[in-house]
Amino acid sequence: MTIALPAAPAQAPRRQILVATAMVSAAAFMLIVGMIAMWLKFRAGAPTRDSSDGLKIIKDWMPANVTIPEVAANVMLTTFPVGALMAQWAAYSAKRNDSSHRSLALAISFIIGLAIVNAQVAVYSQMDIGLADGQFQTMFYAITGTMLLLVAGGMVFSLVAFFRSVGGRDNDTDVVNAHALYWYFLTAAFSVVWFVVYVQK
Amino acid sequence: MTIIDTHVGASTHAQGTGSAFVVSVGQWITSSDHKKIGRLFIGTSLLSALLAAVLGLLFGLERISPAHMQIFDGDATTQLFSLYQFALVFGVLAPLFVGIAIAVVPTQLGARAVAFPRVAQFGFWAWLFGALMVDISIIGNGGPGGGATDLVDLYLLGVALAAVGLLAGSLCVATSVLTARAPGMTLDRIPAFSWSALIGSIATLLSLPVMIGTIIYVYVDHTHAQLIFGGNKGIDSFLGWSLSQPMTFVFVIMALGVLAEVAPVTARTEQPLRPIVLAGIGIISTAVLGTVTQSSHILDWAGTNSDKVKSTLLHSLFNGLPLLGMLIVVLLSLLCLKVGTPRVTASFALSLLGALMIIVGVLGNGLYNLKPASLDGTVFSEGTVLYLVYGGLLSALGALSHWAPLLWGRVIDNTKLLGLALVGLLGTILASFPLYIAGFADQPANTVMGFDYDGPVALWNVLTGLGHALIVLTVLGFVGLLIDAVRNGASVSQEASA
Repeated sequence: MTIALPAAPAQAPRRQILVATAMVSAAAFMLIVGMIAMWLKFRAGAPTRDSSDGLKIIKDWMPANVTIPEVAANVMLTTFPVGALMAQWAAYSAKRNDSSHRSLALAISFIIGLAIVNAQVAVYSQMDIGLADGQFQTMFYAITGTMLLLVAGGMVFSLVAFFRSVGGRDNDTDVVNAHALYWYFLTAAFSVVWFVVYVQK
Repeated sequence: MTIIDTHVGASTHAQGTGSAFVVSVGQWITSSDHKKIGRLFIGTSLLSALLAAVLGLLFGLERISPAHMQIFDGDATTQLFSLYQFALVFGVLAPLFVGIAIAVVPTQLGARAVAFPRVAQFGFWAWLFGALMVDISIIGNGGPGGGATDLVDLYLLGVALAAVGLLAGSLCVATSVLTARAPGMTLDRIPAFSWSALIGSIATLLSLPVMIGTIIYVYVDHTHAQLIFGGNKGIDSFLGWSLSQPMTFVFVIMALGVLAEVAPVTARTEQPLRPIVLAGIGIISTAVLGTVTQSSHILDWAGTNSDKVKSTLLHSLFNGLPLLGMLIVVLLSLLCLKVGTPRVTASFALSLLGALMIIVGVLGNGLYNLKPASLDGTVFSEGTVLYLVYGGLLSALGALSHWAPLLWGRVIDNTKLLGLALVGLLGTILASFPLYIAGFADQPANTVMGFDYDGPVALWNVLTGLGHALIVLTVLGFVGLLIDAVRNGASVSQEASA
């Protein structure tokens, strides 16, 4: 009979969710940056014409009757960092085993996600443009809709982390840190979208 | 104590009440065992290789006499070319190496499972259903340029879903390498193939989302407006880059990792200058610059000296750097043979021949992007893709024979496999090289009729068709040898004692 020692316990993975979230965030950032590049290409290639008085050259990109509601867009821009701040608060609380603050911060980051969705819907509603109305409109809906999906992903992440937190997973710092990282990514990605799509148009 | 998580392999131990076959199929479908997921990727990719090679064979036959022979009608040809390109790049090259990485990398790292095995499982099914959606849409006249608008939407969704599946697989591989290494195994100590899997996976994670972003635009436009991207006809012009170079460079990174892994084993020595080999694999990933900018940069000698220098630098950066990385890996792998006491192994032969074919493809791409060569729009580009894909296929077969004991517990017959390697080499050269020559003779790309040029049109296309037929033979032969090894072959312990 061969006597052998039992196998050693499996090595615990090191910060697996955080590393995976970093890579997903990098991939999603490439998605947004790629879409922004296409937006810039089509905007640069939009036809130009002289104005009726002949003094200006007009680029036929965003139709003259379309107005982007800057207040709602700027509110979104300022709301994203607040969401990241709440996510960082959750990470700070998780590090100190403060479960109540951790859960509260995660719940608030979810609500902030809802507020961002609300603001985006307000932008769509106030602009009152159809998806098939023209080149600008179609691309506007595509890029902002993609950003909205990424925000929805952040909300799902907040919700999952929240339920894990209230479920008593006190050693869940990896998930909460990954959640904070995702919200930082959302803030960075929206900053790019805001500048190119809402400011430069 | 409440058990919240189930073990990742739990689903493979399901107690079936039906027949053994049904239970077995159920276990394969629901398995989160990384070796099974990897083998599913590998098996399905080899089926795709057969499909692509058969299509290539048919195109070769039809091109023998562009004026008379007609297997497909005009509309079908455009779409079947799309299927052919999709099958080569997203059906064979990318998933084959993702599958090998999922199966092999955790064992190299000393990990029990791949990171997020259920995400890897999702990756396989997403890729498979995406690929099937592409196949169905093209069969139903819905590929690029197709007439069935709804099926064109399905095609776009299929490509995106397949890309998401590959992204999921790449995410699991990269996360495994970064987080699940055995204690003491720092990144500079990981095996060369795991290093290439990390580099290749990160490069894929940075490249494919750009393609998905383009698909989102095209899909939204196609389903609602059809104002911007040219409707059904315009799809290829916006997505075509993802099925050619330099995207294929990203997918062959792991092929060079296979060679770097197999060479020291064959030579029974340590890899000399190993950090430089790892750096060489890293340099290949500069191909990402080309994929995310969707360009290879044409070398044009027109204009001022400043224009010429700028053009040369960009061409070298986008085409030369990946080539430099590949040359470093191949040359240092050959150095192993000089330093060590090499044996003749089929796995080394396949991986070396595959890497050399890939290098010919990369050189061809550099030539394709020289403006004075005037190769744009010719079949030269198809030849380049074939060198890269079939070269990658040979490398992958080398990897599978090298790791057959790990994946199947059996050793594949070395002598027969060596013969098959020669058939595969001949198939790759015959399928690709005549297209290089036909490219210089201005044979147009992506068409099978309505062209003529001075030269033996029939000869080049007969040779190409023959090359594809030999690739079919190589894949079938490999599968046959593998089945034979699993049924009757020497087990790992028998081989070791011999």
